[in-house]
Amino acid sequence: MSGVVRDGYVRPVDFKHGRVDMTHGSGGRAMAQLVDELFLHAFDNEWLAQRNDQARFTVTAGRMVVSTDSHVVSPLFFPGGDIGCLSVHGTINDVAMAGAVPLHLAAGFILEEGFPLADLKRIVDSMAAAAKDAGVPVVTGDTKVVEQGKGDGVFITTTGVGFVPAGVDISGDRARPGDAILVSGTIGDHGVAIMSLRENLTFETTIRSDTAALHRLVAAMVAAVPGIHCLRDPTRGGLATTLNELASQSGCGMVIDERRIPVQPQVAAACEFLGLDPLYVANEGKLVAICAPDDAKRLLASMRAHPQGRDAAIIGEVTRDPHHFVQMDTSFGGRRVVDWLTGEQLPRIC
Amino acid sequence: MKYIDEFRDGDLARTLARAIAREARNARSYNLMEFCGGHTHAISRYGLKDLLPSNVNMIHGPGCPVCVLPIGRIDNAIDLAARPGLVLCTYADTMRVPASKGRSLMKAKAAGADIRMVYSCADAVRIARENPGRDVVFFAIGFETTTPPTAVAILEAAASGLANFSVFCNHVLTPSAIANILESKEVRELGTVPLDGFIGPAHVSTVIGSAPYEYFAEEYEKPVVIAGFEPLDVMQAILMLVRQLNEGRAEVENEFTRAVTREGNGKAKSLVAEVFELRRTFEWRGLGEIPYSALRIREKYRAFDAETRYGITYRSVPDNKACECGAILRGVKKPTDCKVFGTVCTPENPIGSCMVSSEGACAAHYTYGRFKDVGVEAVGAPATETAQ
Repeated sequence: MSGVVRDGYVRPVDFKHGRVDMTHGSGGRAMAQLVDELFLHAFDNEWLAQRNDQARFTVTAGRMVVSTDSHVVSPLFFPGGDIGCLSVHGTINDVAMAGAVPLHLAAGFILEEGFPLADLKRIVDSMAAAAKDAGVPVVTGDTKVVEQGKGDGVFITTTGVGFVPAGVDISGDRARPGDAILVSGTIGDHGVAIMSLRENLTFETTIRSDTAALHRLVAAMVAAVPGIHCLRDPTRGGLATTLNELASQSGCGMVIDERRIPVQPQVAAACEFLGLDPLYVANEGKLVAICAPDDAKRLLASMRAHPQGRDAAIIGEVTRDPHHFVQMDTSFGGRRVVDWLTGEQLPRIC
Repeated sequence: MKYIDEFRDGDLARTLARAIAREARNARSYNLMEFCGGHTHAISRYGLKDLLPSNVNMIHGPGCPVCVLPIGRIDNAIDLAARPGLVLCTYADTMRVPASKGRSLMKAKAAGADIRMVYSCADAVRIARENPGRDVVFFAIGFETTTPPTAVAILEAAASGLANFSVFCNHVLTPSAIANILESKEVRELGTVPLDGFIGPAHVSTVIGSAPYEYFAEEYEKPVVIAGFEPLDVMQAILMLVRQLNEGRAEVENEFTRAVTREGNGKAKSLVAEVFELRRTFEWRGLGEIPYSALRIREKYRAFDAETRYGITYRSVPDNKACECGAILRGVKKPTDCKVFGTVCTPENPIGSCMVSSEGACAAHYTYGRFKDVGVEAVGAPATETAQ
């Protein structure tokens, strides 16, 4: 026997025909190889390259923000995006809604045995592209594999950290009677994109998800009006639910005007067809802002000057109301309550 | 949006509102029952009451398919779903309807029953095809609108020998419910429910036509105006009813001419007649046993009748004592007359069926209108400035 230790040939991960198996979550060589060839390669940054179980970075003095979000959307791929970019955008937005600058992301994957590696690669590449576009790197992560039938392809949890610039104090409990309520663009796009795919509905134009990272829009808004009172992204439960959350957190009411709420005609048509109300349909690239009435014009101008806020509009105002009702003047001329979402309108939307 | 926006136009609504206000006489009131949950929903969602003069009152009728389903029938469905290997397909609305002992289909599903929400009966047929080894039952509910698709599904299953498919039939008939209300003590003798006219069903009438209502107009001297489910349809129908009442007429008029004819849809009617026959009697929630008010599957298609296949026996279960759904469905009470409305009975935790479906009178009022009950001050119009 010779004493030479040979470098064994390592067959590259088969991203064309391969599938996730239990070894990919075992902590052994197969997992290390998947991490190397897929995650490290795609996310490619100095923190991951150190191969530690954690990422170390210097913190800015001031207030940090942390937020976490799990993603279970079905189907995994949809017009305008996929679970990968969605998981990056969703968490960046949650951080940004504090008026914060997002810095880093962490990502946890739960993979189902048998999931095609080609799909996994597509998802991870999409995450990496979204993180790169946003300038917010994925600096640490984790992978687990569950037996077939115990998951649904892939679930992704992302956690984001960021910091709040000095002088900014944005919180859901700061809406005051008289404040203006703004939305950054058309509502319902994400939910309808997913739903029309699930129901196999095709319309003359494809409805695309609006999934996007909004931190740059937020930065522009904060620069224009540092005293913004509230920001929130109307994801599950849609605009209606977000307004109810803010009204109840701030202890006030709201009156919005149906005619001012931007909805794409094809989204309105699809909602009509599916029996949905666009007010309750999820968004992944829109935000609601509340500010003092005197700041409204300036804030709206700053939003409209940004590509992600082109269709922004002032949709109503905060009122004094001990019952915290969100009311709406209908385009028809009457007034009604816009209530919390009841039950589940669209399961597994994000 | 084409064919939609035209029927939701605010300017036209105001023109109609002015006409109604002009023609409605101050000396009398106009008590109009909208039979269908679809109308109830439109009235609440568009805030239509705000546009009506105070002497025009809208009374919610029993035309909400989920609301009139008696507890015993939901119990039957839950028991069916508990059979090993069986797949129960249902419209989403029935999932949350409270059954006896605090049960519901939603809870049965969470506990492991294979209950699937479908958009149509055709989906249930597809599920049966895809799962040949499993019994698939469609929980069929609804008025004449949903009956023809159920008939088609049974005919399809029969033609293709789909032996694992069957239907738990709970289809009910609109004219019997209207007759029941008009015959009720409150309307006929006591006069506690003033009822001057009806807004007739939209989608139901596309199937059965306007002719079946002629009897009510003549026999009970109540005008009927068939109206579409868009808010302008409802406004127009109200105006037409006010005019009939002013002129002392009691006729069937059709506002929904773009979809409803006098005879209805002959093909749909013959499909229904082929597959279904009248039940001798059927229990309605709130209205009780009504003779010849529902359909069952004919002998010829018995193989697809879940009631015979699984030996389902019906047992009547009384409503929760505090629940006023029965009186609300008959138009005797308003949602706010019920002690549990908005307190222990909410859309999240419904006690009665009227709080479940968006077409239910209680759910519609809770979701869209309840701010009016507490007299919330109407704060000024939203900010009007834009950045232009």
